[in-house]
Amino acid sequence: MQPVALNDFIYWVGAIDWDLRNFHGYMTQRGSTYNAYLIMDEKITLIDTVKYYLYDEMIERISKVVDPSKIDIIISNHVEMDHSGGLPRLMELCPNATLITSPNGAKGLETHYKKHWNYKIMKTGDSIQLGKTSLQFILEQMVHWPDNMACYMPQTKILFSNDAFGQHLATSERFDSQYPLDIIMLEAKKYYANIVLPYDTQTQKVLDAVSTLDIAMIAPSHGIIWKDHVGAIVTQYNNWAANKTKEKALIIYDTMWNSTKLIAHAIKNAFEQKHIPVQMYDLKTIHISDIMTDVLDAKYICVGSPTLNNNMLPTVAAFLTYCKGLAPKNRVGLAFGSYGWGGQSVAQVEAILAEMGWKLLPAIKVNYVPDAQLLVTIAQQVFENLHTM
Amino acid sequence: MDKKYECTVCGYIYDPKEGDPDNGIKAGTAFKDIPDDWVCPVCGAGKDQFEPVD
Ligand SMILES: Cc1cc2nc3c(=O)[nH]c(=O)nc-3n(C[C@H](O)[C@H](O)[C@H](O)COP(=O)(O)O)c2cc1C
Ligand SMILES: [Fe+2]
Ligand SMILES: [Fe+2]
Ligand SMILES: [Fe+2]
Repeated sequence: MQPVALNDFIYWVGAIDWDLRNFHGYMTQRGSTYNAYLIMDEKITLIDTVKYYLYDEMIERISKVVDPSKIDIIISNHVEMDHSGGLPRLMELCPNATLITSPNGAKGLETHYKKHWNYKIMKTGDSIQLGKTSLQFILEQMVHWPDNMACYMPQTKILFSNDAFGQHLATSERFDSQYPLDIIMLEAKKYYANIVLPYDTQTQKVLDAVSTLDIAMIAPSHGIIWKDHVGAIVTQYNNWAANKTKEKALIIYDTMWNSTKLIAHAIKNAFEQKHIPVQMYDLKTIHISDIMTDVLDAKYICVGSPTLNNNMLPTVAAFLTYCKGLAPKNRVGLAFGSYGWGGQSVAQVEAILAEMGWKLLPAIKVNYVPDAQLLVTIAQQVFENLHTM
Repeated sequence: MDKKYECTVCGYIYDPKEGDPDNGIKAGTAFKDIPDDWVCPVCGAGKDQFEPVD
């Protein structure tokens, strides 16, 4: 258990959650890390902690640099327990340490831990002197909780960004030059799509603040530290926050007797004919958090469900509830499905697509099993309707 | 002119000039005249979580 040096006085002292596979409903197939950073200036400072069950791992890493009870300042950039979980034990170890947090951070920590710690509250523009170096604070309100905050050290040009720019990725490597970049980028995209996406306006505010800084390193609270590719990830965040999409279609459905699947493939043929890349998702085979990664920059989102007892299938309802919360904007939606008698599912799906403010292609509803001729007609209709978008 | 109000939870700013037409609050409605069951359109916090902006 070793600390990793960012330079000659700042160390990564976090923890690696190799076995994590489900992070509040988000599938983390590559595990994650909780990043804590130790600054060895005149005032010994720790930025964030780790999940409670990895506290000992963090303490062991800190101990290789300094006696943890000597920490003077603890910064809590985010109340969520993946970063604050180590605080109760750490505050017992360092009872005289100053606990720095945001205005909503103090409220949130109190409601989580019921402790009246010695808080010092920071707002955007405030800064503290650590000795040779200093930290400037930037509130990241609602990226993605009310309490999120970042800090920037001008002397080293490091931005400690907390959840922003993070990725759920368990590795022993700490820097973006040491690990395949396409995997880091994909996990950053998945993180944005599943955590940050609802808050585009707030993210844009943070990006505006970040654009005024000279940044050599972005040290987030999960995954890899950005050093060689700072520009690339900031550009991606700007694209994502602007809801920029590509000519790409996703067809997401579930099916009981395959009729809805037949419709799904007829719709696929229309996109193929239009030379628009298309991806199929049977909800029985893929997790909704992985679908969201692709939703993040796809323009066309087609969602299909047969009718089950006057409703859409629960898997489709789960996807739509999740997607609606994450609120992707400026998409084109298409609802489809097969039914036997009442046939309510297609209108239910379409209502949710409309609630997200998406443009809609005419819905497709088929009684029981579509024959080959009908499938050709459906493909043709979708092809023609795509001209109107 | 009526004051703007900021949601202390998420930072959303209610501007009386714009109102919140998506949620039935017409442009020109002062913050005090918004119904009590109105919530922040970004985070869902109640009216009591708002503070006037100077
Ligand atoms: C990704 C994420 C998003 C959240 N979004 C909201 C929200 O929109 N509104 C809210 O009131 N709380 C939100 N919360 C806070 C949770 O509801 C809160 O942490 C709650 O205490 C969790 O309860 P549990 O321990 O039963 O899961 C969110 C939490 C997470 C992790
Ligand atoms: Fe978080
Ligand atoms: Fe986190
Ligand atoms: Fe709000």
